[in-house]
Amino acid sequence: MAILVDENTKVIVQGITGSHGSFHTKQMLEYGTKIVGGVTPGKGGTVFEGVPVFDTMKEAVAKTGANTSILYVPAKFAREAILEAIESRIQLIVCITEGIPTLDMVRVRKVLEEKGVRLIGPNCPGIITPGASKVGIMPGYIHKRGRVGVISRSGTLTYEAVWQMTSRGLGQSTVVGIGGDPVLGTSFVDCLELFEKDSETEAVVMIGEIGGNAEENAAEFIEKKVRKPVIAFIAGLTAPSGKRMGHAGAIISGGSGTAPEKIKALRRVGVTVVESPAEIGEAVKKISYKKLRKVT
Amino acid sequence: MNIHEYQAKAIFQKFGLRIPPGKVFDQNTLSLDQIRSIGPKRFAVKAQVHAGGRGKAGGIKIVETAEEAFQAAKSMLGTTLVTYQTAGAAKPIDHVLIETTSQIAHELYLAIALDREAALPCVIGSRAGGVDIETVARETPEEVIKFHFDPDWEFTPKLFEPVVSKLKKALKDLEERAADLALIISKLGKLFVAMDASLVEVNPLGLMADGSLLPIDAKITFDDNGLFRHPELLDLHDPRQEDPREVEAKTYDLSYVGLDGNIGCMVNGAGLAMATMDIIKLNGGEPANFLDVGGGASKEKVAAAFKIILKDPRVKAILVNIFGGIMRCDVIAEGILAALEEIDLQVPLVVRLEGTNVEEGKAILAKSKVKLIAADSFADAAVKVVGLAS
Repeated sequence: MAILVDENTKVIVQGITGSHGSFHTKQMLEYGTKIVGGVTPGKGGTVFEGVPVFDTMKEAVAKTGANTSILYVPAKFAREAILEAIESRIQLIVCITEGIPTLDMVRVRKVLEEKGVRLIGPNCPGIITPGASKVGIMPGYIHKRGRVGVISRSGTLTYEAVWQMTSRGLGQSTVVGIGGDPVLGTSFVDCLELFEKDSETEAVVMIGEIGGNAEENAAEFIEKKVRKPVIAFIAGLTAPSGKRMGHAGAIISGGSGTAPEKIKALRRVGVTVVESPAEIGEAVKKISYKKLRKVT
Repeated sequence: MNIHEYQAKAIFQKFGLRIPPGKVFDQNTLSLDQIRSIGPKRFAVKAQVHAGGRGKAGGIKIVETAEEAFQAAKSMLGTTLVTYQTAGAAKPIDHVLIETTSQIAHELYLAIALDREAALPCVIGSRAGGVDIETVARETPEEVIKFHFDPDWEFTPKLFEPVVSKLKKALKDLEERAADLALIISKLGKLFVAMDASLVEVNPLGLMADGSLLPIDAKITFDDNGLFRHPELLDLHDPRQEDPREVEAKTYDLSYVGLDGNIGCMVNGAGLAMATMDIIKLNGGEPANFLDVGGGASKEKVAAAFKIILKDPRVKAILVNIFGGIMRCDVIAEGILAALEEIDLQVPLVVRLEGTNVEEGKAILAKSKVKLIAADSFADAAVKVVGLAS
């Protein structure tokens, strides 16, 4: 089953003719993702890699029956592009773009909630259900279909964790990169809820990092609602306070959002937290999948 | 992006807020006559550095006469300031702000920040101002009042009535100033949204002996991602307040943060870069930096990254940790070799490559004459580099 994307996912690429959009469209097509259309204002009527290009999302969705969009639109125009996607009645939007102003995302979040549309990202590597659909920029070949769900705030660290699993023969149901910005469309909690319900997923790997309290919220949710085993790693144990570590979201402010606090919150509810990022794969190998946790 | 107090106060003024009368000086413009023109007596001389905790560190002097203000400013300018917020770094004092100061009856705290969880801006108010608000929030959370608002609402003083009434309850003396306080909050809210700020802070907001409300300090942090909408703000950037290596790294589109250790790190991706610092520490080493070369690490970027890492004389070994995704390992390997041709590397270099075209990448490095230590895994890389640095 997997979550969010599968064989039936029909994708529109917003910003298909830009440098990132065109490169990754080719990569996704090669992986087997069903890309049914692209949008670049002013280039409607043209064809890119066999994919029809439209001027607007509304037209693209009407003509192709797409249910998902992926955005490679530059940060300046991202808010308008996401709002256009929401209006087009697409169900799932994956925003790869980084550098979107926070207040733009505040405004987008409000509309998402009003219209009941799901957004993954921004500033994320996307989603992949191995062997079925890749809606993102991750290297496809490091993945292998299996029973572990992965949720992460980062990009290459997720690849690292996935690769540790795949090279030990442990496959993934779906891998979701939720993004590294302060305001995100989808949280750890949202993904945990989906993985808990998904029959193919038997365990979940969570890769968090310093900043905010998304991991603490996840711990609270796990305590109450998640029976499947959860393994976690939190990046940034050595990060100093007040410094932004690349991601706009990765900053420790006023003694909150630190790695020790997050690790403590997760361990308290029975999550296996590994201290070394090199031990994620081994930890996944060791857990007993069938032993479900008790929830309150 | 952070700016100085005097710059923040100028922006406050643009948004219709009253600020204490004052003037900013550097070493060339400091003049007794100009100080006299600010007011007759009682001055605050404030070092302009990007850090809080200035008072305790000797960066704020309250004096009686213009002559004393002149002397205090003269002794500050051209020196540096270390506060508990500068993480050991000495910030240059290139400017001082001299203001008239009068009796403060009570110090309040007022700020507007983004609440990530609610995904909304939030007014934060407290009657306990003038001190570190994080301590107040931790020890007496009931003293911190929060109020979320929508950036698209109209910022009338009435909108912020709930915050004002709670602050009024906490501090009876505010009762007569409620309308004024609501107006101040609404103007700060407008500023926050119009300027794409991520923090606007007034600590303290003085309830003066004469009953008026006056921002004694002012801090604004802008959302870097929103700066394209406000190109005029770039003129307010003061690179001298930042680590010169961080400033240089930015010009190459590299994300660098200097730390105290002796192991230089070069990694692609912020999360993996943080995890690399962590694994070094777990193995008993200390990272010298955080450095994310980004997704499209070209030869030029890799070379620039090496140069920035090596500017830190404490670096005793370097770890390159690359997980090639879209970026191919063979391209990275060529980048490393090209960079090493340009620079004279005197410290051991451990390279760990994984991901797309990893075999080709490793072969390129193996064939070269460059002395480097190849690592087979993330864990192996950490053990090797920590051993070499100690």
